[in-house]
Amino acid sequence: MTQVPEPQPTDSSATPTRSADAVVVRGVDKTFDTRSGQVQALTAIGLTVSAGEFVSLIGPSGCGKSTLMRLIADLDQPTAGSVTVFGKTASRARLDQDYGIAFQQAGLLPWRTVAANVGLPLELHGATSRDRNARIEELLDMVGLSDFADRYPDQLSGGMQQRVAIARSLAEKPDLLLMDEPFGALDEMTRERMQTELLRICAETGAAVVFVTHSIPEAVYLSDRVVVMSPRPGRIQQIVPMALTRDPEHAEALREDRAFFDGVTAVREALHTGSPVPTGARGVENR
Amino acid sequence: MVLTLPGKSRSAARTETTLRIIAPIAVGILVLVGWQFLVSVIGVSDYLLPSPAAIVEEFIEFFPSMVSATLITGWNALLGLIIGSILGILLAAIAAGWRPIDHMSAPVVASLAVIPIVALAPVLNSMFGADSQFGRQAIAGLASFVPVFINTLRGFRQTLPVHRDLMKVYAASSAQIVRTVTLPTAVPFVFTGIRIASSLAVISALVAEYFGGPRGGLGGLISTSAASSAYARAWAYVVASIVLGLVFFLATLALERLATRGRRRS
Repeated sequence: MTQVPEPQPTDSSATPTRSADAVVVRGVDKTFDTRSGQVQALTAIGLTVSAGEFVSLIGPSGCGKSTLMRLIADLDQPTAGSVTVFGKTASRARLDQDYGIAFQQAGLLPWRTVAANVGLPLELHGATSRDRNARIEELLDMVGLSDFADRYPDQLSGGMQQRVAIARSLAEKPDLLLMDEPFGALDEMTRERMQTELLRICAETGAAVVFVTHSIPEAVYLSDRVVVMSPRPGRIQQIVPMALTRDPEHAEALREDRAFFDGVTAVREALHTGSPVPTGARGVENR
Repeated sequence: MVLTLPGKSRSAARTETTLRIIAPIAVGILVLVGWQFLVSVIGVSDYLLPSPAAIVEEFIEFFPSMVSATLITGWNALLGLIIGSILGILLAAIAAGWRPIDHMSAPVVASLAVIPIVALAPVLNSMFGADSQFGRQAIAGLASFVPVFINTLRGFRQTLPVHRDLMKVYAASSAQIVRTVTLPTAVPFVFTGIRIASSLAVISALVAEYFGGPRGGLGGLISTSAASSAYARAWAYVVASIVLGLVFFLATLALERLATRGRRRS
């Protein structure tokens, strides 16, 4: 893997007007050099995420969904093609802190209190302690952890730690959230509650989201569009639009809605394209 | 900062603490009583095993000498521990930052780790003269260096990939990465190294005294007392060295706890 030198921030006095699209991925290939030769992780990926849109990437292990997210985050560089975030290169967008990110592991710093963890990005970017404290309070309130500001991560449950990580990803009010299976390690109950909370937070902040998951119901419940990917080599199989009417008052009822099940079926069929869908599909996969 | 233990009632925790203190004391008293019984009732001869009472007597009679000997050996050990630890941490930082240094230092550290104190002590004692404490301090320093270096280097390599990714996402500078992630990750390892080194420093400073050089330290007095058949006195100095070792161990343990407070300990 070649390390692309990081471009230095150029002081663009004229703030570029936000393009309508949060993420534009064009003709992206990604190959990894491994000991046993080259591995084609992604081929010919094209994807556009509009501002404020919630897009899930779903597919079996090895389909490159996490890799695609890492390319958008500029944690890896594409072998071919281009990734644009709000009209800038991915690396420019990273340096400008245009997105917030949450991983499957909460990734909190165990020697810092909850409040200090949430404030980490603000601290690194030189926010004054007064601004920082006000923002931390706001964020902890948003994720319902105001009473835990002085606790250490190890004193919290997995779900609470993940909420801290989400609060941290929102610290700088990003217009784009990248989430790599953030609820993957949580139990089903906590998971559903977190999904509902995430939708509420997204509605409040108006951020676009790229959400990596391997759970069909999760993708359907959260997304405006579900990008179904297939492995070897990783490519986009189909993009399934969701037609769910979201009503914040009855967010939970949606899980038993007709449209929800239709969405699940559509994504299932897209995932199983090429291989027959098992009949007698009693099981919506739960995870 | 008050940390409450979750899931444990206060009174149960208190009982547990009391037990933890009382149990070893009870065992210690039992052993002492058994020991005294062996000597005064069964009649094990004094030169084989002096009775605890005789050792305490000697300890009290030679108390000023006990204190000064402990201070001499303790100072040698402390100086060695501090200098060895500083060198260990610095070199580990360099080795962690620069691969070639790591490869170069690995065999050197490995050979340092296996140097027997008994081999080095006579050499250093004659190198620096019969009235210098330097040889002992150097030996204590050498003994401390190895565990501190090895643990610190390991600590610098423990940074989690998710933390590295986060720092990249935040476009953090190298200095910021070191300050917010690398150093705090390494801290528990550094202090574990220092805790291990503390016992080694005391032992090496003490053993080094057996091989010439100025008398007056615990090691010197133990060998002098034993050589003049004052077995109870030799044992009294042994007790003083145990106390010294414990002080070092507890002090560094407290330091370790202080440095890692708020984190889960395994």
